[in-house]
Amino acid sequence: MTNPGDVGHGRDEADGETVSPSRRRFLSRGTALVGGAMAGGLAAETALADDPNGPPHIPEWMKAPGADTGAQPYGTPSPFEKHVVKNIPKSLKQYTSASVRTPLQDLDGIITPNGLFYERHHGGVPEIDPAQHRLMVHGLVERPLVLTMDDIRRFPSESHVYFLECSGNPDFKAIHAGKTASDLVGLVSCAEWTGVRLKTVLEEAGLKPGAKWVVAEGADAAALTRSIPIEKCLDDALLVYSQNGERLRPQQGYPLRVFLPGFEGNMSVKWLRRLNVTDEPAYSREETSKYTDLMPDGTARQFTFMMEAKSIITRPSGTQRVGRGFNEITGIAWSGRGKIARVEVSVDDGKTWQDAGLQAPVLNKALTRFRLPWSWTGEPVIIQSRATDETGYVQPSFDALTKARGMNSFYHDNAVIPWRIAVSGEVSNGYPKA
Amino acid sequence: MAIRRLEIAAALILALAGSAQAEGRYGLGRPASEAEIAAWNIDIDREGKKLPAGSGSVAHGREVFGAQCASCHGEKGEGGLGDKLVGGKGTLASAKPVKTVGSYWPYAPTLFDYVHRAMPMNAPQSLSNDDVYAVVGYLLNLNGLVADDAVLDAHSLSAVRMPNRDGFVPDPRPDVR
Ligand code: HEC
Repeated sequence: MTNPGDVGHGRDEADGETVSPSRRRFLSRGTALVGGAMAGGLAAETALADDPNGPPHIPEWMKAPGADTGAQPYGTPSPFEKHVVKNIPKSLKQYTSASVRTPLQDLDGIITPNGLFYERHHGGVPEIDPAQHRLMVHGLVERPLVLTMDDIRRFPSESHVYFLECSGNPDFKAIHAGKTASDLVGLVSCAEWTGVRLKTVLEEAGLKPGAKWVVAEGADAAALTRSIPIEKCLDDALLVYSQNGERLRPQQGYPLRVFLPGFEGNMSVKWLRRLNVTDEPAYSREETSKYTDLMPDGTARQFTFMMEAKSIITRPSGTQRVGRGFNEITGIAWSGRGKIARVEVSVDDGKTWQDAGLQAPVLNKALTRFRLPWSWTGEPVIIQSRATDETGYVQPSFDALTKARGMNSFYHDNAVIPWRIAVSGEVSNGYPKA
Repeated sequence: MAIRRLEIAAALILALAGSAQAEGRYGLGRPASEAEIAAWNIDIDREGKKLPAGSGSVAHGREVFGAQCASCHGEKGEGGLGDKLVGGKGTLASAKPVKTVGSYWPYAPTLFDYVHRAMPMNAPQSLSNDDVYAVVGYLLNLNGLVADDAVLDAHSLSAVRMPNRDGFVPDPRPDVR
């Protein structure tokens, strides 16, 4: 089994040896500071409080040249940002079929850095040589095809910014447990994707009459299989090979994945190796035993593809602390049905709501950043956000959602998420304890 | 000169006629042969029409399970590192539903599909078709769905009616306003 520590640290892998010059300099600088403070008989804390690199002092990092240009062949964040990493659950039974989350509360804007994109795999992350990877297109087509990655990259390409979200984000029963924004809805990320329209590749093979579904299969150890309705395949579905300008990360399906804007993440099959055009769904394990939503009467909703409108305040959010006076409330909103039309924020436990500002660009099926200037008086409050999309759909409360679906449907919880701010300024999960 | 120009024109016409572009295609990729498709297409439909040849007994399935599956799923499929595979009948409408092969899976042939493609998790696609039939038979037997002396093959596996076959409904969303 994979060691949990190995799962999410793409950044450290990229670091390699090359980072060591600047890292060494940084480390020795730190030691010098602590040593100097001790020698002078001052508590380290006092020395820092003296603001040694603030006025009137000349900042230390101005007194000698910095790291060499190109010291990092693949750039990584500042060592001071080491804590901004994926949210990896500790002590799972296994890490082959598991998920790790984006640290939403530490990010700005709408684009998720590639190294912090959420992960959900069912058979681990395969290491695929793109030169040997093949995509087979067969079934109800005129010309069954085998395509190389070179072939796929020769088709006309497109780029779009889209969010991707796991449908179990979070489990209805986990809403009280989540401490941070990431714990609660960290299985959503957003990137600019580049690839070819799935429609273009299907037309290259030539669809036969009766083609109603396309069964996509991954080249991972789970040979993960999902069925995609032909309407989606001929609409905005993509086969993507790049993410935020660079090739897909292995965790995102390198060298090729399906991308279905607005649909539950599991359907955007990674490490894509096969498209079987059929007249009916595969009824695979991932669309029967899993990714089906159990209702109180014991029936289960199947093929629940759409990711409905949702939002969350990421700052201030759980485990953060606010100070009295001005605070900007900011967060993200998204909808699988299209653009976000409106985000309302309540700072009085849902009694009144005001419109937040939406940061341009507000894109179709992408994260949208919202903001509201706010001043905290020091009173305990509950703050929350509520998204409305361009179809008029309004993000529901948890009560409304569970009234309709009960507590056992697991998938597609898009309820409003409240944060409680205590007198101390500490922010915590605002769901009333069960 | 004139002849040369004619040649070029002729070559152009040929190229256009021969190019896939002329048919609205890009001419990328190569044809997939029947044999290649047969080797890669491991999808088994819910009715079992695509189930392969071969067969396996519940008794043999017990051995396969003990050797290849029990370490993760428990001796009797009660669960461990891997999912619980047995029981839960009649719990789906309760406050604590238990979803297993017996209580939740709608079709038996797709159980063959999944075990064949994804299990055992540490060595997927390593079992022979006979062993997959056997171990799937054992799982169905543990769930009281086939007899102790049953032998599973394409025909008998397709004939197994799973208790939750009719348990799935279409997506009615948006359902909350
Ligand atoms: C190394 C541990 C491991 C071994 C060995 C293993 N499994 Fe699994 N199995 C798992 C895990 C983990 C899952 C859940 C996978 C997921 O959700 O993506 C699973 C899922 C399953 C499921 C799906 C359950 C459901 O209700 O959806 C079946 C069926 C199954 N295994 C059968 C088998 C059989 C049969 C064998 C032996 C041939 C086997 N497994 C061997 C770990 C294992």
